[in-house]
Amino acid sequence: MDIRTTGGPPTAEEMAAVDGVLGDPTSLWEGGARHPADDHVAFGGHATRSQRPLLLPVLHAIQDRVGWVSRGALEYACRRLSIPPAEAYGVVTFYARFATDERPAMALHVCDDLACKCAGADELCSELEHAFGPAGNSWRRSPCLGLCDRAPAALVERAGASHQEVQVAPVTVEVAVEVLRGGRWPESVNRPLPDRPRKLLRRIGAIDPESIDSYREHGGYVALRRAIELGPEGVIREVTEARLLGRGGAAFPTGRKWDSVAKAPVRPHYIVCNADESEPGTFKDRELMERDPFAVVEAMTIAAFATGCEQGYLYVRGEYPLARRRIENAINQAHAHGFLNFEIEVRRGAGAYICGEETALFNSIEGKRGEPRNKPPFPVQVGLFGKPTLVNNVETLVNVLDIVVDGAVAFAATGTQDSTGTRLFCLSGNVHEPGLYEVPMGTTLRALIELAGGLRDGRTLQAVLLGGAAGSFVTEQQLDVPLSFEGTRAIGATLGSGAVIVLDDTADMKQILLRIARFFRDESCGQCVPCRVGTVRQEEVLHRVLSARNGDAHSSDINLLTDIAQAMRDASICGLGQTAANAISSGLIQLNVVARDG
Amino acid sequence: MWWRVMAEAVFVGLPKRFVKVSIDGQELDVLEGLTILDACRQLDIDTPTLCQLETLTPVNVCRVCVVEVEGSRVLVPACSRKVEAGMKIRTDSERVRHSRRLVLELLASSVDMSLCSAQVGGWMSRYGATPQRFGDSVATVAQPVKIDNDLYVRDYSRCILCYKCVEACGVDAQNTFAIGVAGRGFDSHISTEFTVPLPESACVYCGNCIGVCPTGALMFKSEHDMRQAGTWDESRQTVTETVCPYCGVGCMLELHVQDNSIVKVTSPLNNSVTAGHLCVKGRFGFQFVQRRKQE
Repeated sequence: MDIRTTGGPPTAEEMAAVDGVLGDPTSLWEGGARHPADDHVAFGGHATRSQRPLLLPVLHAIQDRVGWVSRGALEYACRRLSIPPAEAYGVVTFYARFATDERPAMALHVCDDLACKCAGADELCSELEHAFGPAGNSWRRSPCLGLCDRAPAALVERAGASHQEVQVAPVTVEVAVEVLRGGRWPESVNRPLPDRPRKLLRRIGAIDPESIDSYREHGGYVALRRAIELGPEGVIREVTEARLLGRGGAAFPTGRKWDSVAKAPVRPHYIVCNADESEPGTFKDRELMERDPFAVVEAMTIAAFATGCEQGYLYVRGEYPLARRRIENAINQAHAHGFLNFEIEVRRGAGAYICGEETALFNSIEGKRGEPRNKPPFPVQVGLFGKPTLVNNVETLVNVLDIVVDGAVAFAATGTQDSTGTRLFCLSGNVHEPGLYEVPMGTTLRALIELAGGLRDGRTLQAVLLGGAAGSFVTEQQLDVPLSFEGTRAIGATLGSGAVIVLDDTADMKQILLRIARFFRDESCGQCVPCRVGTVRQEEVLHRVLSARNGDAHSSDINLLTDIAQAMRDASICGLGQTAANAISSGLIQLNVVARDG
Repeated sequence: MWWRVMAEAVFVGLPKRFVKVSIDGQELDVLEGLTILDACRQLDIDTPTLCQLETLTPVNVCRVCVVEVEGSRVLVPACSRKVEAGMKIRTDSERVRHSRRLVLELLASSVDMSLCSAQVGGWMSRYGATPQRFGDSVATVAQPVKIDNDLYVRDYSRCILCYKCVEACGVDAQNTFAIGVAGRGFDSHISTEFTVPLPESACVYCGNCIGVCPTGALMFKSEHDMRQAGTWDESRQTVTETVCPYCGVGCMLELHVQDNSIVKVTSPLNNSVTAGHLCVKGRFGFQFVQRRKQE
């Protein structure tokens, strides 16, 4: 492979950013100075090509330092890593975080997604538009930032040698204007959790999330000790008997997954913690990572021990800088205290919802575009780098700690027959006390909303979006649905990621539906036709349907939406396309645009 | 020593078995490792495909070949899914017809598919695809033709993003990696780095991307010019098979000749030497054959 670079040299700063990750170049072939020996030696081969997974970290370093990725910078990175520039360009342009045109060092990302919309994000955006011009340069609109309990939310980024990235929530017009004029931003603090019994969340607020000693004082690393006593088979047996189901959205039996990886003959095995929580309205994994990071690391250690994984990755979404720092600190401390006998690499997402899909996440770790792979083969056989891989969501993993310590029977005593344990729900939107709530599986939606203080005074419920953008709308009549996997399935809904966005009569359902349609259009990876074009057509037709005067929508347009929905559900490669029409279909029923079945 | 090397055992893989599958109610034996598409073809079931090509790794992105497999929640792509014993496959159920129709409609409503083969038109009418039903003001990939060199043009308003050219430029044939898929979602497109013109890119003008393009998005400059001038007429063209005169590899060429001049060069997909791929000389170095008259 001949890497041709014609874009001119990188700037000193760009080189420093790349070299900061890769070390100094050793020869002309890597873009360094010319030595006489270079005329006779060629670098390349497997050793160079195997550096491909470093592409995203390198791109992050450039983006952090300079604020955008120029052609010179990208080509220098390509030379260092032996990656064809055309492929690397495909990667840069895939992720929303990387810019290929020059931008100011300072950027404010303002969330205008569902929960923030309910909290006045649109008004905030129009004020900013008024003061600083349309979104795109100094300030940008962003999909959900996972700070829905403190909506409206924003993320400040300042590129430079000392790169800064800070979540600001709640954000006001005054704060946003101050930040954009170069001023300071207020310290943003986690919301105190509601005062009620907690299992999974019991350490939150009680421990210092930056200290392993504090974690150990509160029962930390008891589970790992117990796991070693049980042995790998024993741990898998407990997890299987606890009937733990995955909390990421697909509800796959965790024990079965662990067993498959443990028994996979191919080596090495990888463990990946999926912390790319990007479902609009979801922030449970962020809270766990920010406030109980050692639990995540300990659970990963147990999972790796049980399934024989030699290397771990924790893929945390790019918009969670604090969670990333806390997890990195936790890993370092665990290493220093001898609690970690394998490597966990923290990988940073770059603004792509699709990377929460497990196989897209693998591709992203491998330094490629985050395009999902076709399944089968499943990750337990052919996963990261083509090897057997255990992928679990943060919440799923943290559940394992209690299963190991208390035993499967005690764990399964909570919840329902088919959905054991407790579940974290992220309440946002028009409720009195938005936040993270832990309830036993099977609690009704009505009870959950009451826990959060119910609606504001004098308001009536319009709908609840259960499971985020990939979930569906639940009506007032369905509020008594038990929140368990089987309970929600019975009414055609899903628990999904645990997002519960409550909409009262002040919410503009049409705008909400259009935002969801835009979300999927923006976040489709573009690989398969049903999703790439289907999400675009869905948004276009939805605009037509919703702008028609009441009850005047053409039945042909309604049919179109149904047709597109079915093709996306049936023929898309991954879950994004398969669920991209759920919320919209159920929302149209809610709006009485589409007749309810039966 | 060479005889030692020769004497070493060569692992040829486990012996392959036949597995029983049923397609549309017909039972048949298929060799393990083959795809559902291969099995369908054994029964002469015409399965639409766009992104699939025998010489390339299946990417299963166009989703027009989807079939229904009993027990599977979603439809599965026939081009890449391997047959398994006992699979019950339906290739013409209502769900399959619906998805195939929609895929064709979605594509044709956003891409200019007028230069696709007649086969594609046949599938469109078989599945009743009416791309106009999405309305007039819909997003498309329409854009000006890219002409930045003398050998071939790129008309991405005809691109259905089947990934074939990227595969042919990459590990499946040429290993040049001059183009890749850039952007995301509906903005995804085939591009060089920072959309530089081809002469600035790593392109070596092998033209293998043209060879695999199913929609006429990539085209010989000669063909493009003749189409613009209205002189392109396939009914007046003959195809002459010959062997490339340049080096000793022996690539088979198909010279497409109109009015006694070569207008396009291809190579047969099933040729054991080329698998359809050529180099810049075989593909574009034919002018010397037809310069004599002008002397």
